[in-house]
Amino acid sequence: MLVTILVAGIAIGAIYAMIGLSYNMMYSTSKVVSFTPGQLGMIGAVFGAWFIGVLEVPLWLGFLGAMGVAVVYGFFTELVAVRPVLKSIEQHLYVLTTLAAALMIQQVVAIWWGTDPRPFPTLFGLGAGLASEKYWLPVVACFLAFIGLELFYRKTLWGAAFIAVAEDAEASRALGILDVRIRVVSYCLAGFIGALAGFMGGQLLLAFFALGATLTFYGFVPIAMGGIGSNRGALIGGFFLGILQQAANYFVGGVFVGVVTFAVFITVLLLVPRGLFGSAVARRV
Amino acid sequence: MMPTGLEAIASTDLPPLTRQRPRALWAAAAVIGLAVLLPAGVNQYWMQIGTLAFVYWVLIAGLDLIIGYAGQLAVGFVGLLAIGAYTASILCEKASWPAFAALAAAGAAGALFGFLVGLPSLRLKGFYFAMTTLGFSTIVTQVALGWERLTGGGIGLPGPIFPAPLDSPVGFYYLALGMALLATYLLRNVAFSNFGRGLVAVRDAEVAAEAMGVPITRLKLVTFTLSGILAGMAGALFAARQTYITPDAFTFDLSVLFFIMVLIGGRGRIVGPMIGTLILTLLPEIAAPLVMWSNFLYAVLLLLVVLIVPGGIAAFLERLFVKTAKGEGLEAPAPERLNAVLGQHASPKVLTLQGVALHFGGVRALDGVDVAVWPGTVHGLIGPNGSGKTTLLNAVSGFYAANSGRIVFGEADLAARPSADRAALGIARTFQTPRVVGNLSVLENAMLGAYRQFTTSFPAVALGSRHGVIEDCAIRQRAADALAAVGLRRLAHLRAEQLQHTEQRLLEIARCLVMQPSILLLDEPAAGLSHDEIEHLQALIEHIRSLGVAILLVEHHADLVFQVSDEVTVLDVGRVLAHGAPAEVRINPEVINAYLGA
Repeated sequence: MLVTILVAGIAIGAIYAMIGLSYNMMYSTSKVVSFTPGQLGMIGAVFGAWFIGVLEVPLWLGFLGAMGVAVVYGFFTELVAVRPVLKSIEQHLYVLTTLAAALMIQQVVAIWWGTDPRPFPTLFGLGAGLASEKYWLPVVACFLAFIGLELFYRKTLWGAAFIAVAEDAEASRALGILDVRIRVVSYCLAGFIGALAGFMGGQLLLAFFALGATLTFYGFVPIAMGGIGSNRGALIGGFFLGILQQAANYFVGGVFVGVVTFAVFITVLLLVPRGLFGSAVARRV
Repeated sequence: MMPTGLEAIASTDLPPLTRQRPRALWAAAAVIGLAVLLPAGVNQYWMQIGTLAFVYWVLIAGLDLIIGYAGQLAVGFVGLLAIGAYTASILCEKASWPAFAALAAAGAAGALFGFLVGLPSLRLKGFYFAMTTLGFSTIVTQVALGWERLTGGGIGLPGPIFPAPLDSPVGFYYLALGMALLATYLLRNVAFSNFGRGLVAVRDAEVAAEAMGVPITRLKLVTFTLSGILAGMAGALFAARQTYITPDAFTFDLSVLFFIMVLIGGRGRIVGPMIGTLILTLLPEIAAPLVMWSNFLYAVLLLLVVLIVPGGIAAFLERLFVKTAKGEGLEAPAPERLNAVLGQHASPKVLTLQGVALHFGGVRALDGVDVAVWPGTVHGLIGPNGSGKTTLLNAVSGFYAANSGRIVFGEADLAARPSADRAALGIARTFQTPRVVGNLSVLENAMLGAYRQFTTSFPAVALGSRHGVIEDCAIRQRAADALAAVGLRRLAHLRAEQLQHTEQRLLEIARCLVMQPSILLLDEPAAGLSHDEIEHLQALIEHIRSLGVAILLVEHHADLVFQVSDEVTVLDVGRVLAHGAPAEVRINPEVINAYLGA
């Protein structure tokens, strides 16, 4: 029982953590907390299932196809919902525009794909029971994404430019870095990471249009816990939440998973609004 | 709708009370008449659509206060609707309560949960707060689904049935209409009151609101509670109209719909969101073939409204019907009007700072400063940039906490008091960069100064208390006097954002005067003023002093400081470099060396 909770919890937690990485990626270059990361996960799951399960294209092609859709959606989000409202960021209008972008893709998928969850195809057929791929694929993907991002930031010129824009977009512009281009790329990259969560976790989550809303919320809880901008915090928070939810599911029943999550979320936000790894508050006067 | 006799209180040089134009009253009467007559003219189907619009409006009226006035992005109001609906339905079905008692209970449950939903808004902003409300609405439906014994789970339960004749479609239509009118009345009373101005101030200029003594915590929570009551009652009516409720009826899409109703109407307005509610309730009926796409269209609409018409219908209507107000320019200040403003002002109090130190990390912005400011005197505070002058003002007005030392005002030690309470003690301040509430009129901005002197309670104001209206008129008069005193009288009807920078400085001073402060902290009031304007300012400061107010003046115009001050303190790198009468300080060699120059 304990093993089941842990295995399933870590797998689900890895999915939340990846959604969290997607949140951070968008936030870093734009300082916008977007409502779309969960939808990216939904895209990964639904389009993965469509390409591989329905169209029966080869695995690698299906993967690229699903990722491609999400990258395009990430690009679209930046263009339509983020860029126009960046100038007046203190008005928090991005909350509404990114919410609109999230609802748009959700409705399109609901109409085209249907509102019933459909199974996600088995990818490799490796492992069975608790060692089944559906449990370890998301975890592997999550660590690859985390390490990949670390290497990207530390070892590549593009990564350095990302950090420069994240620290101070205007100053980096003065250095000749095209902050708009960096931002666009970061939204595309966030699309990739978010969709990776849905694709690799598809066998656990199923291909379901409403996945987006759930993942947006559950993927944000680790961010609230770890502090926005901290990938390490997202990872730790994600695994914590995954295991907590599985435990809650086992001990108090599935219906109250959301209640427990919400309780944790509110408690953390009210006690440590900046998260455990978050940055300090800016001066107001 | 204000009793006309009260108009007499308002003197003739006040700008017209734009909110109570007779034309608006006629329009309101026409709309109500139309709504009353509607059942005679249309079939039952359209009448029920009308009922739904009224039910939605009951909720939207409260949500407009939250989104429009307070500027809080509460995207999960469907949760409160659901709580009201389930409370009323459960009480009627399981406990056989009469429908009206259940309606009241739904309002009470809405109040409780509205308060809870509002709590996070005290610490969280923007996305974070939006997410808590979204989470809340998700939880409510999950609990409704899971708690089968009480809610019937996915099968649901019947809604309340109101007693005859309100159980017929026509009867229920009138019940909903009545509730909608009540909600409008509450919204209007709050919106045009002290509290409505306070909410807009919190939304647009939170720091200024604090400096004026607006108790942000209490104001937000009481507003969330009121909107919770409305949403809860709307829920009970919603359940009665549906006749049967399941968790499916309360999807997040409905929340988005509510949000758009307010936004498309225009945030912080009343008629706009009303039209928005009507249009969006009707839209699915007119565009029936598009029903499958309705949620998608709502999302598109949300995006378009935010990006293209952020002011919504209201801004559009105002462009059509309200003549664009033009400024007639500044006029000479009339300081003698101050006597009426500061007439019964609070007892004279001494401000003393003893050994005040304040560090930012390793930087000692203030390093053991002693200053005393006496009633009826002007205390000039000068020093080079970065010497700690503004930091000192911030420590006194409570935006920074001193690391050590004591700040005492009259009898009160200020250490543990938040800014808003310090304002209530009679500490008024202006800011280096003027902080006015751009979307309020100049007069309303000035009226904000008296926020803490307004004694009528929020519930009384919401219910249309006559005492509240009278108080408001008195404050309006005082604000008009204060504007005349600084020379802004003819600009009183403009939105504050239309003023020039220097005019906004004067407005800040007027707003402070309306507070009837014991001490006035001025942060570089002469910056950017012309020679003549500085002379006016000097006369104004001298007149304020003559009425017994203490003034702490931070300023770079050395001439002004030395002419107007009774005492001067010179700060340098957080320490007092010199202190004394202006004539002594002016010739102090250290001061000349560090600041004044040869």
